[in-house]
Amino acid sequence: MGKIRVLMAKPGYDSHFRGAVVVATTLRNAGMEVIYLGGQQPSEVANTALQEDVDVIGISTLSSTYMEYLTELTSLLKNKGIAEKLLVVGGVVIPDDVPKLKEMGVDGYFPPGSDLVSIVDYIRNGVK
Amino acid sequence: MDIAKEVLNGNKRAVSRMITLIENKDPVAKEIINELYPHTGSGKIVGITGPPGVGKSTLVDQMIKEWRKRDKKIAVVAIDPTSPFHGGAILGDRIRMQDNFLDENVFIRSMGTRGAYGGLSKSTGEAVNVFDAAGYDIILIETVGAGQVEVDIAKLAHTTTVVVVPGLGDAIQTMKAGMFEIPDIIVVNKADLTGADDAVMELELMLAWAPKIEWKMSVLKTIALENDGIEELLDEVERHWKYLEETGMLYKREETRYEEELVDLVTENIKESVLKEIKSNGKLDMIVKKIVSRKITPYTAADEILAGLKPNK
Ligand code: B12
Ligand SMILES: Nc1nc2c(ncn2[C@@H]2O[C@H](COP(=O)(O)OP(=O)(O)O)[C@@H](O)[C@H]2O)c(=O)[nH]1
Ligand SMILES: [Mg+2]
Repeated sequence: MGKIRVLMAKPGYDSHFRGAVVVATTLRNAGMEVIYLGGQQPSEVANTALQEDVDVIGISTLSSTYMEYLTELTSLLKNKGIAEKLLVVGGVVIPDDVPKLKEMGVDGYFPPGSDLVSIVDYIRNGVK
Repeated sequence: MDIAKEVLNGNKRAVSRMITLIENKDPVAKEIINELYPHTGSGKIVGITGPPGVGKSTLVDQMIKEWRKRDKKIAVVAIDPTSPFHGGAILGDRIRMQDNFLDENVFIRSMGTRGAYGGLSKSTGEAVNVFDAAGYDIILIETVGAGQVEVDIAKLAHTTTVVVVPGLGDAIQTMKAGMFEIPDIIVVNKADLTGADDAVMELELMLAWAPKIEWKMSVLKTIALENDGIEELLDEVERHWKYLEETGMLYKREETRYEEELVDLVTENIKESVLKEIKSNGKLDMIVKKIVSRKITPYTAADEILAGLKPNK
């Protein structure tokens, strides 16, 4: 049996990194392999996802420009033929935008204060 | 997707998928490896090893860029330790190589050791062959960086570079312990720090005690952060390849590599089939109980188990 592989990144201009690190460490402690990328452009995230054959792409965003970022990322993933990967977003998103993210291809969203155990469970169940 | 065919075409998704199949010990991986094997043997394998924090990932990042200028297609296998407690890993080498993420002729793959010791993961050799078959000219391997026992890389790579830094005794200790057979090239990185020249001198003195072989090992200085000394390092690596080719040592190195891999494969298979048999019929449990109640010694028990095995076809 394989291990769940996760890519964890955040938009390059977003200086909040605690959430990304906390979640990355939690997933590692749950037995997953986490490729920690820090701040990256969508194109860099998409190339990495392809080369690392990750099951999950996690994006941590606490700044207000997540719409542009995720629009670009989801379209790149489609172009590369890897849109089937579980795309999970965490951090600060305006409630009205959450349905739009889902439409775009984001599979799950975790707001500030989310229980870490529920994140692990969500990923385990989401990766078939 | 016909993975073997697509790997040979250089399809990145196929390469990526194939390495996962290998890491997960998927039964189909074996068949694909069989198909790829005849197409391997032209890629050059370069190992980068040394203690944690000496700048291996940073150096690899610069080496990639420099080899790209020389028009080579580069693959990297970067290995980080898997935690023995929960089986997870943070694979963080890649983040230092980010300048190369958008280059279509660079493929970086991170791996956890997944229980292997010796600085590599069990799948490293096979991943290298996948890259080789996919047309990568140079395959760089960054080992875990555990320190003294990373001999595996020297058996796998054509050229092994050991990286040390000024003022750090570890690697020098390693050399003193007689492990001259590991490096082909020694790099003193972080040469911007004081003591670099002393480290070079100390290493060169030590090399005077190395068993004499035709290849004269050199000690190079680099500042990976400032891209200083990288061209010279690549020149030296390429000079080493030339030496291997001209002396027939290239062939010898591959013999060493495949002897090692073959013995590992056979041992692993025997172990698996033995375990499967004695676990499935409850024999293991029974014998362990006898050992614990002092009815039989562990040695006698082992002999008994081995004697009872049916030879495999
Ligand atoms: C600490 C903090 C900072 C620190 C960051 C330290 C660091 N290096 O991380 C500093 C002081 C640097 C900072 C700066 C700024 N901040 Co600030 N900051 C916060 C604060 C108070 C806490 C964030 C935090 O670390 N939380 C702890 C971590 C563990 O929680 P988390 O990130 O939310 O993660 C959880 C979930 O969101 C989720 N999650 C997160 N990522 C991921 C990823 C995945 C894959 C998954 C599954 C889950 C997941 O799981 C985690 C566990 O539950 C928040 C307010 C808040 N309460 O959220 C504001 C906040 C995020 N900051 C804010 C702002 C505006 C800023 C600044 C722009 C302020 C300014 N004007 O200068 C700058 C940004 C600079 C920049 N270029 O980005 C706003 C953002 C508003 C918005 N997006 O619309 C917030 C919400 C405060 C507010 N109410 O206004 N900030
Ligand atoms: N001063 C100095 N620091 C360096 C140099 N090369 C790498 N580093 C730093 O050393 C640290 C460890 O580097 P990294 O490449 O991750 O080392 P690794 O653990 O051996 O892979 C990082 O903070 C690098 O920026 C160098 O030539 N000089
Ligand atoms: Mg490293």
